[in-house]
Amino acid sequence: MKMELESLRHGTELIKRGFAKMQKGGVIMDVTNADQARVAEKAGAVAVMALHAVPADIRKSGGVARMADPLIISEIMDCVTIPVMAKVRIGHFIEAEILEALGVDMIDESEVLTPADEKYHIDKAGFTIPFVCGARDLGEALRRINEGAAMIRTKGEAGTGDIKEAVRHMKKIMGSIRELKGMNDEEMLKVSRELGAPFELVKETAEMQRLPVVNFAAGGVATPADAAMMMRLGADGVFVGSGIFKAEHPDKMAKAIVEAVNNYDKPEVLAEISKGLGGQMKGLDVHTLSEDEMLQTRGW
Amino acid sequence: MVIRIGVIALQGNVEEHIQAAERVLDERDGGEAISIKHGGIVPSCDAIIIPGGESTTIGWLMEREGISSEIKAAAKKNVPILGTCAGLILLAKHGDGEINKTKQPLLELMDVHMKRNAFGRQKESFEALLDVPVLKGDKFPAVFIRAPAITSAEKNVQVLASLNGYIVAAQQKNLIALAFHPELTKDMRFHHYFMDMI
Repeated sequence: MKMELESLRHGTELIKRGFAKMQKGGVIMDVTNADQARVAEKAGAVAVMALHAVPADIRKSGGVARMADPLIISEIMDCVTIPVMAKVRIGHFIEAEILEALGVDMIDESEVLTPADEKYHIDKAGFTIPFVCGARDLGEALRRINEGAAMIRTKGEAGTGDIKEAVRHMKKIMGSIRELKGMNDEEMLKVSRELGAPFELVKETAEMQRLPVVNFAAGGVATPADAAMMMRLGADGVFVGSGIFKAEHPDKMAKAIVEAVNNYDKPEVLAEISKGLGGQMKGLDVHTLSEDEMLQTRGW
Repeated sequence: MVIRIGVIALQGNVEEHIQAAERVLDERDGGEAISIKHGGIVPSCDAIIIPGGESTTIGWLMEREGISSEIKAAAKKNVPILGTCAGLILLAKHGDGEINKTKQPLLELMDVHMKRNAFGRQKESFEALLDVPVLKGDKFPAVFIRAPAITSAEKNVQVLASLNGYIVAAQQKNLIALAFHPELTKDMRFHHYFMDMI
């Protein structure tokens, strides 16, 4: 059947932000091969993030971390029906063009990989497929949205299994949004200058009392309780990186986190969900990391 | 009696559907739109909306929460049910190879064959203006996001709109399936059409 191409509009802001909206209330899981992707889909993941190694292993192995091998990404795309996302280095627009050509559903311009540009993030508005970007505060979130990000996630501290940084970032973003309430234009103009973000975006955020795009939690989520906590703090959904496939029983852990996100306001259900999941990701206290081991300070 | 619209709120584009339903109720005689996350609420609703999202996730959670059987019972009692995108997939009786692969549960209420991701991946997602004869007036702005489509329907199914050889809007008595997202645009005619059925 021939498509009436001239009458169809692709890659609009509505389509890109709309895609992210369909992920709300869901869990996006890091996977490194087709088998793991199948486990994630079966557990009820709304999407998978295709990587060559989970963040905990990227952290351990050191060196320069880059976009995953397109062959691995293609294999994962072929074996699941849910959306497939993949990461590119901050500022690496060619890696992004490669992923777009490959047909991934969303690109994560991620601090987990080694930045390719220390001054500029990718100009995301020019792409047909949507981007998700990390943020530690409202200014960072709005600057990314202004560049064309269709979805925001907290940076947290990836690969640690330590939730405190994700909590810090989510509370900071939510707190700053609450502070905007009731401000007049003059005050918002000052905030906009301080944040380095356009006035219109600040005003839109103030009026909506939430980010203008979907806002997920990421970076340190390792248990159903972590996921539920992030939902209670106002996240629209959760990314889980190393927490699933570094657990003793990844399938059980994956299912439990999906159920926890749906039942985040029901402690008695969370208690049931959390029983007998086996060994959890060992983790790494963020305080034991030196400044240059932190991933969250990449990007600005 | 206050009209109550229930939006299945397990995963996906729930907020927008509730806001759209509230807006339409305000334009009519009023009523409330509520979110349904657990069993026991569906029977109290005058109409049900199954939103877009990931059909695999929504399908499994509906089973686990005991909502699937309640929706099937409501459908039998002629309660209007609107499924958009993932909702269309879940309403269909027959799936394609992708459904067989994931073994995801369907509600199997409409006599149609459906194809997941019929138009391709996110890169191929699009906006288009649709001819929908039952909605009077202009063409309808439709947003297709990794959208499914109906490939064939039995005679008891009324085709409301087609695109490129696929059926993208269909009705079987009290059931309406849309491949696109009327909750993402400001045109509320499909919601009014749906609520006229209550």
